[in-house]
Amino acid sequence: MMAEELLRVENLKKYFVTNSGLLHAVDDVSFSLGKGKTLGVVGESGCGKSTLGRTILRLHEPTSGKIFFKGQDITDLDKKAMKELRRNMQIIFQDPFASLNPRMTVAQTIQESLLIQGIFTKKDKAGLEKRVRELMDLVGLSPRLINSYPHELDGGRRQRIGIARVLALNPEFIVCDEPVSALDVSIQAQILNLMQDLQDSFGFSYLFITHDLSVVKHLSDEIMVMYLGKMVEKAKAKDLFRNPTHPYTQALLSAIPVPDPDFRNDRILLQGEISSPIEPAPGCRFAARCRFACDKCKGGDIPLKEVEPGHFVACVLSEDMNQGGSR
Amino acid sequence: MGSSELIRVEDLEIHYETDDGVVYALNGVSLHVKEGETLGLVGETGAGKTTLAKGILRLIPSPPGKIVGGKVFFEGEDILSYSETEMHKIRGNAISMVFQDPMTSLNPVMTVGDQIAEVIAVHNPDLGKEELRERVIAILAKVGISSDRIDEYPHQFSGGMKQRVIIAIALACNPKLLLADEPTTALDVTIQAQVLDMIQTLKKELNTAMILISHDLGVVAQTCDRVAIIYAGRIVEEGDLRDIFKNPRHPYTIGLLESIPSLTKETKRLNPIKGLMPDPTNLPPGCPFAPRCNYACEECSKAVPELEEVNPGHLVRCIRIDSVEEVR
Ligand SMILES: Nc1ncnc2c1ncn2[C@@H]1O[C@H](COP(=O)(O)OP(=O)(O)OP(=O)(O)O)[C@@H](O)[C@H]1O
Ligand SMILES: Nc1ncnc2c1ncn2[C@@H]1O[C@H](COP(=O)(O)OP(=O)(O)OP(=O)(O)O)[C@@H](O)[C@H]1O
Ligand code: SF4
Ligand code: SF4
Ligand SMILES: [Mg+2]
Ligand SMILES: [Mg+2]
Repeated sequence: MMAEELLRVENLKKYFVTNSGLLHAVDDVSFSLGKGKTLGVVGESGCGKSTLGRTILRLHEPTSGKIFFKGQDITDLDKKAMKELRRNMQIIFQDPFASLNPRMTVAQTIQESLLIQGIFTKKDKAGLEKRVRELMDLVGLSPRLINSYPHELDGGRRQRIGIARVLALNPEFIVCDEPVSALDVSIQAQILNLMQDLQDSFGFSYLFITHDLSVVKHLSDEIMVMYLGKMVEKAKAKDLFRNPTHPYTQALLSAIPVPDPDFRNDRILLQGEISSPIEPAPGCRFAARCRFACDKCKGGDIPLKEVEPGHFVACVLSEDMNQGGSR
Repeated sequence: MGSSELIRVEDLEIHYETDDGVVYALNGVSLHVKEGETLGLVGETGAGKTTLAKGILRLIPSPPGKIVGGKVFFEGEDILSYSETEMHKIRGNAISMVFQDPMTSLNPVMTVGDQIAEVIAVHNPDLGKEELRERVIAILAKVGISSDRIDEYPHQFSGGMKQRVIIAIALACNPKLLLADEPTTALDVTIQAQVLDMIQTLKKELNTAMILISHDLGVVAQTCDRVAIIYAGRIVEEGDLRDIFKNPRHPYTIGLLESIPSLTKETKRLNPIKGLMPDPTNLPPGCPFAPRCNYACEECSKAVPELEEVNPGHLVRCIRIDSVEEVR
């Protein structure tokens, strides 16, 4: 059963102009996200995860491609219309500290969201305060912290403010850009549970960006693996872990240290490191580190192929099941 | 080989005296590491891991830091009583450290080769220029960096390469003990795998012992022989890998393991530890974990529990391990 589509991204590209040439941060990414669903985005530092999230929200202007939100093409919406829409499309950052105003208390921060979007007016003091307290309660912030400043709080609580501020707007779609990466595991688990509960209650859809594969597996319905701006594999979370198919995904999964001494990964050790995203050579972006690379990999773009229902891979080694390949 | 004790820390106590009060960072930590062995030191932010490592090397910034009590024996010698000159000879030589903030530990205006050479020269003043350069090239080769990059500057290196250089420097003088403070935390998983693999190979080759500080239980499970779990400046559980991962007994260790999303099992919901670590300027009187512990009773808040041996080599600091066992 397919969930109703909330967001669709078609051939999205974001190139940055740099002194050394065009930097292909996001290069031809397409996907669709259903209502109430979570799409996990994984990949290593610099592969374009944050740029993808920000471009979808039009915090960066796309170089080309289309973004549809609830069926509406929002790629070219003007600033004013986009501002309206942003209430419905929000982002939670890795470092809530950097995104919180250090001179505003918890209450003021949450109120600001409510006021900016015109959900409440300044006059309605009682209504505002009641809503702030409700939101604090929802994200597990004790009422005694209502007048605290960000620097007085630990990372977990700051992240809760970040979440409360987003919740205040009641958005349908939230880009979560490494929201738990800076937190200790015990606090991370508290926040992940909170985000799951909120999704269950309010039907949020998440684009969940992380480099932590166990987190993404836990939360996501579908997972997209990125490498140097390209989507190299996308599948249902279960399928990706059961049947990782792109050589990069295989190496990535094999490199995760599993917290179980009986579990020894046969690590696929990659040679070298991610190459430059500036004016990348044509062909597979992973070729320089891939043990299977051959001439076929270096010519032109490697198209995505469906290797099993809903499981897409961009690698010359993968058989396309729609074209008579084996299943 | 590899069986005799290399370092023993006894009741180490370290405070930071700040304007906001005394931070009780380390409150009587004891541990030991044998030659060639790897001990994992696991704990959350602020638990005292870095303080312990710096304490061993007497690198605690003072003020505000102060070693209030305890002893550190290295090869049987009480090195806490050493003079600063004697200590200087040990640092970077018999004991070396990889610091937590790796990107700041390389000098940006000095070539990578010169930085490695400097460390070797300090401990081998008789080496000539040519010999020194040969040693540097050999060391770079060991960490997988080709010799033609010897004259480059740190900014020309990627994060993973820089971290390999830092580890190369730490191992340049064949130390007997390496204190590695989160050596791979800033790296991507595939690069982390390369670096951990390299550390393992070099360790074996040189029979170096290591204290690996990490908050990543996965890294610890795949790298260490024994594990110590530290909470609010105290070791709360210690044992070999299987003791900790297969038969954890302290409620905090149990909680930590249940907090991590599993890659191998389906979990609908995580089971986090509630609350936060207590403020180290204001520790509760009894068991510091009591405010977060599902098994706490009145008795727990009366005195700090002792570290007791539940099985040979498996130590737990909890007065209710039997009830914990029953409930689970
Ligand atoms: N404003 C910008 N101008 C120029 N280049 C940029 C800009 N923002 C990002 N980039 C580059 O785009 C590429 C993708 O960056 P991005 O931040 O999206 O990666 P990421 O996957 O989020 O990485 P990380 O895991 O480190 O957060 C990188 O090479 C980055 O240096
Ligand atoms: N120079 C200092 N001055 C005052 N307090 C300090 C100083 N260094 C550390 N502390 C405090 O001592 C306690 C232990 O810190 P430490 O750095 O040893 O923790 P850690 O376990 O290494 O944490 P992390 O995982 O964040 O690195 C913390 O409460 C910390 O705030
Ligand atoms: S296309 Fe070629 S280089 Fe790229 S992953 Fe597949 S085999 Fe490797
Ligand atoms: S001593 Fe009490 S509070 Fe502390 S861990 Fe054991 S049961 Fe919990
Ligand atoms: Mg990012
Ligand atoms: Mg530390």
